[in-house]
Amino acid sequence: MSPVPRDLLQSLRRFVEERVDLSALRHMAREKEVPQHRHSFWYYFGGMALFLLIVQMVTGILLLLYYRPSAEEAFESVQFIMTRVEFGWLIRSVHSWAANLLIAVLFVHMFSAFLMKAYRRPREITWMTGVVLFALMLGFGFSGYLLPWNELAYFATRVGTAIAAAMPLAGEFFLRFLRAGDEVSGATLARFYGLHVAVLPAITLAVLAVHLLLVQQHGMSVPPSEERRHSGKVPAMRFVPDYILRDLVGWLAALAALALLAALFPWELGKKADPFQAVPVGIKPEWYFLFMFQSLKLLPPHLFGIEWLEGEVVGILVFTAAGGAWLLVPFLDRRTARGERSRLFTVAGVLALLFIIVMTVLGYVLE
Amino acid sequence: MRSAPATALRLAAVGFGAALACGPLVRAVENGCTACHLELDGPLAEPARLFPDDVHAARGLSCHDCHGGDPGTMDMEAAMSPQKGFKAAPRDGREVVALCASCHSDPVYMRRFAPSLRIDQMAEYRSSVHGKRLFGSGDPNVATCVSCHGVHDIRAVSSPQARVYPTRIAETCAACHADAARMKPYGRATDQYEKYRRSVHADLLYRQRDVSAPTCNDCHGNHGASPPGGGAVVNVCGQCHTFFKQYFLESPHREPFESIGQCIHCHGNHDVESPTDEWIGTGSRAVCVQCHSSGDAGYAAAELIHGRIVTLNEAVERAAGLLDRAEQAGMEVAEPRFELRDANQSLVKARSLIHTLNPARVVERVDEGLAVAVKVERAGLDALAELAFRRRGLLLFLVLILGLMAGLIWKIRERRRTR
Repeated sequence: MSPVPRDLLQSLRRFVEERVDLSALRHMAREKEVPQHRHSFWYYFGGMALFLLIVQMVTGILLLLYYRPSAEEAFESVQFIMTRVEFGWLIRSVHSWAANLLIAVLFVHMFSAFLMKAYRRPREITWMTGVVLFALMLGFGFSGYLLPWNELAYFATRVGTAIAAAMPLAGEFFLRFLRAGDEVSGATLARFYGLHVAVLPAITLAVLAVHLLLVQQHGMSVPPSEERRHSGKVPAMRFVPDYILRDLVGWLAALAALALLAALFPWELGKKADPFQAVPVGIKPEWYFLFMFQSLKLLPPHLFGIEWLEGEVVGILVFTAAGGAWLLVPFLDRRTARGERSRLFTVAGVLALLFIIVMTVLGYVLE
Repeated sequence: MRSAPATALRLAAVGFGAALACGPLVRAVENGCTACHLELDGPLAEPARLFPDDVHAARGLSCHDCHGGDPGTMDMEAAMSPQKGFKAAPRDGREVVALCASCHSDPVYMRRFAPSLRIDQMAEYRSSVHGKRLFGSGDPNVATCVSCHGVHDIRAVSSPQARVYPTRIAETCAACHADAARMKPYGRATDQYEKYRRSVHADLLYRQRDVSAPTCNDCHGNHGASPPGGGAVVNVCGQCHTFFKQYFLESPHREPFESIGQCIHCHGNHDVESPTDEWIGTGSRAVCVQCHSSGDAGYAAAELIHGRIVTLNEAVERAAGLLDRAEQAGMEVAEPRFELRDANQSLVKARSLIHTLNPARVVERVDEGLAVAVKVERAGLDALAELAFRRRGLLLFLVLILGLMAGLIWKIRERRRTR
């Protein structure tokens, strides 16, 4: 390399360091370590999720340049992106696939954190912000699914929002809040668009900042079994460059999966939504909502033959309670908090995972 | 909370509505005729049992409006006394027709119940084969009003329960016309219904539930039922197939086909099939070769028309197939698919122009469609080529990423070894 660029780099570094204090960063790069044990592999899913979220932000902003959020123009604008805009097809396909991969990776990240008891003191808030981020990603998925304004999205949103109406007391309010009216219409599209590109990103960035800050402050959690195994002295690797290199492999693996999916299965657009058409047969939500949808479908209209015990309402209440319990796990799992073994919560986590997998499979198998 | 007067008003309105709705029923039950006849056995009870659902009952008419007598008394002698105008049931077809016509041909009377209903049924009936036989030779076997509409269970024509509702007419006509014993004295064929059930019209009516599809009365008329006379067939078919009629009348077939059944000659009558492109031309299934033979101008025209139509059809199918492949692979082809509709439209028009027997007109339309189909085919091929390009590009990118990953993994191992 010629001396000129090196000088230039040094001048640039001097320029920055005179104005910004980078000593903390330099210290972190020098000192920060990440535990290395049999379950370290699961750490990389957090990094992959972050990478996919960045992909979503970049591709989302690019789509925003051409997308028009109205019932009259939404479908046509997505069609325009896919056919007329240079590499528009790629951006849209990557955005759609990355959304699905992100949620899949988050499922793995969340359940691995749960089973490794990463929520125990002092990481309670890290866990809770993680659960909130997961819920926010589901919100992104639900609101983004409607935006192309195609037939499947329209009717899936109609079915999905109708489920909200079954909630006791606030059901009607939620339905009207989500739909911006009695029916899924152009007003719903505008509302979902606002949520998708402004409200949810703003909340996500704030919660994500707290989540990442806490991860940096507390470092990676070591599973209790590994702590016991190494008598508290768990081996570690340097964050820079060892962990970063490994994390990069995870990012590249996610990118490779995206390229493969976009090449072999370009995301289809389907037919434009027609509210006056009959609901197509076998309409179902996206895979990550399917376990809830399928569970509600399998519940009888009235539980135990009791008239007022409506199956759907009970199902929604149970899911709401389960979501709340999931969020508050660090405070419910007292044995783990005391540093004891907590088989009950491990079994509950495995059962929840099995339930989600079985119900999702049933959702596809049972038409 | 609702106020008491408002609730009372609502109850009163509901009560009034219910009284209006049940009026004819209440009247039928309170009617002396029905009260007695419901006590009787067998056929004498049937009119009283059926009539409450009859369209006449729904309009407020009752037994005595046709039969006279006094429904207000339970005394049988008094109720059925000739002094009270009692008339027995009509004794033959003429009396049936006359009884129905006494109201249905009276414009002033009919205006009170159904102002839009026609009142020329009797005149039409007299012109029908049925009417001519009834009033000419007094044939007791011909159809009269009740044969098709029923007696005491008549429904409005628009009711799916009516014997003359589009989906039930063919069965109603077949009750007599498919009865070999009944038709024997007239020397009539009895396979019309069986043939009709195989036709494209029956498929539309029964399978696709299109009640505008033609059934017996759409071609033969209803009250004036007769076979369409020679030379009138094209007008009958032309009620729906307007362009075919227009093209046929402009064609050189117009005169020669006058005496051989016009449309029927090629398409048949009761068992009209959905035509295929093989019907035109000189192949074994072509109808043209029934009259034309090699060397004559019609034969050459048929051959040319068939060739061009098949060419366009193949081009449209090829283009559609390419778009399907591209679409299934996730390519966006909505625009060329929309354009393909124009090519399909040209194909439909070219097929209907066959009836002009003018190859130049058909070829002109075919060429128009071919131009579109070729353009769409090119768009389909372009979409598949673009798909292949994208896949190559992304797979190349994938190889690059995998290479990078391999490099990183090598670096990680290298560092681990060094440590």
